[in-house]
Amino acid sequence: MRVSLTVNDTPRTLDLDPRTSLLDALRDHLHLTGTKKGCDHGQCGACTVLVNGERVNSCLCLAVMHDGDEVTTIEGLGTPENLSPLQAAFVKHDGFQCGYCTPGQIMSSHAMLKEIARGWPSHVTEDLSAKAELTIEELKERMSGNLCRCSAYKGIADAILEAAAEQREAAE
Amino acid sequence: MKSFDYVRPETADAAHEAAGRFIAGGTNLIDLMKLQVETPEKLVDINRLDLRGISTEGDGLKIGALVSNSELAADLRIRTDYPLLSRALLSGATQQLRNKATTGGNFLQRTRCPYFYEPHQACNKRTPGEGCSAQGGVTRMLAVLGTSEHCLAAHPSDMAVAMRALDAKIAVTRADGTTERLALDDFYLLPGDRPDRETVLEPGDLITAVHLPAPAAGRQTYRKVRDRSSYAFALVSVAARIAMEDGKISDAALAFGGLAPRPWRDGAVEEILIGEAPSEALFGKAADRLLAEAKGAGGNDFKIPLTRRTLIAVLNDLTGESA
Repeated sequence: MRVSLTVNDTPRTLDLDPRTSLLDALRDHLHLTGTKKGCDHGQCGACTVLVNGERVNSCLCLAVMHDGDEVTTIEGLGTPENLSPLQAAFVKHDGFQCGYCTPGQIMSSHAMLKEIARGWPSHVTEDLSAKAELTIEELKERMSGNLCRCSAYKGIADAILEAAAEQREAAE
Repeated sequence: MKSFDYVRPETADAAHEAAGRFIAGGTNLIDLMKLQVETPEKLVDINRLDLRGISTEGDGLKIGALVSNSELAADLRIRTDYPLLSRALLSGATQQLRNKATTGGNFLQRTRCPYFYEPHQACNKRTPGEGCSAQGGVTRMLAVLGTSEHCLAAHPSDMAVAMRALDAKIAVTRADGTTERLALDDFYLLPGDRPDRETVLEPGDLITAVHLPAPAAGRQTYRKVRDRSSYAFALVSVAARIAMEDGKISDAALAFGGLAPRPWRDGAVEEILIGEAPSEALFGKAADRLLAEAKGAGGNDFKIPLTRRTLIAVLNDLTGESA
């Protein structure tokens, strides 16, 4: 089946078996291998990408169901020469060990900061009528869909908190 | 994954005519297709149908079937007037999954019984008449109320438990075009000797919306007890609304998750509470009523005392001083 996607601002058209996940379409057909396959069942978060701006597990998306959608992968966030603020913070704080979960962690936290800015509550938000601040408790809950087998969670959390603080300062 | 035909109709009529398995968010169905627990021959993608948006309807709300779990949980009207629903949604899955999962689909997610997920094990829900490997097996996550000798599976949804406490109604368009609104107890079936039949939906029937009645008085909460503090299914959950007047309970709505093949509500439990002053003895009596018929299968026996303690804790919270 013909599928048209806009991936990292570039229109792409593919001819795919309907069984192809968005993850496999990105990796095997568009050769964007930054997005990783971990569990392939929506449990680990390594495959996290943005679809129309929202984070999703690309392993649980059929590519044909996203005809016309905009997809952003880690390759669309920054480049080795020009890292995004979150990418730079992950390097600075050693937010990884083996690095396999890192693209998913960064895409997920990128979306998470926008969700916080939008005022979306989480399971640990005490007052549903108030705008949640990014505390460490909020960060842990909101990032629970991204696992790190190396358990580099301390560095991951430090990186996200620093990037969030920079974003707030820039906004002020 | 088995191969399938894929169609993406633009109208509800075309969706019914397509006569296949509906898919919306796909977070559960695609996972089950990978495991070949589900092997639909045709997928009918309903994402282009006009089933989005949350609108006021009289004093209540109409929630389109394609509203995502994230959007519903974050909606200010839900957060303000139906907070136990926001709480239940936010306690389920992860943000990535909630962004995809839909309101209609959440009602229809399949059990997480490990034997259902493992095609090499016997499962009457997956293959009627095959037997139930859960009997005498690992039963920690399985049900203690409403089960049968043929099936011990628990319904996994948090959202549906909240909807049951809120007296939500599910709007269904039947394959022949007729529409109806079903209360959750008229929508879900208990397993009996046909655990493969989970709801009254027939092939081609489509959930189009959920209707919430006017907000009811009282304080609300959703308490979920699970094996880890995030991204885990409920061992036991309680969706509760309690209204107080002159030191007595004037109204109560209590629905339970993790305990049964469908969101569980027992009016007799609420009747014990209504009109009475809160006390440990009263709460214990309500818990006794709820669990009178509860039956463990070994590994899930703990759910019975856990439910009792969780219910009492919730009732203490909601009847205590401005907690």
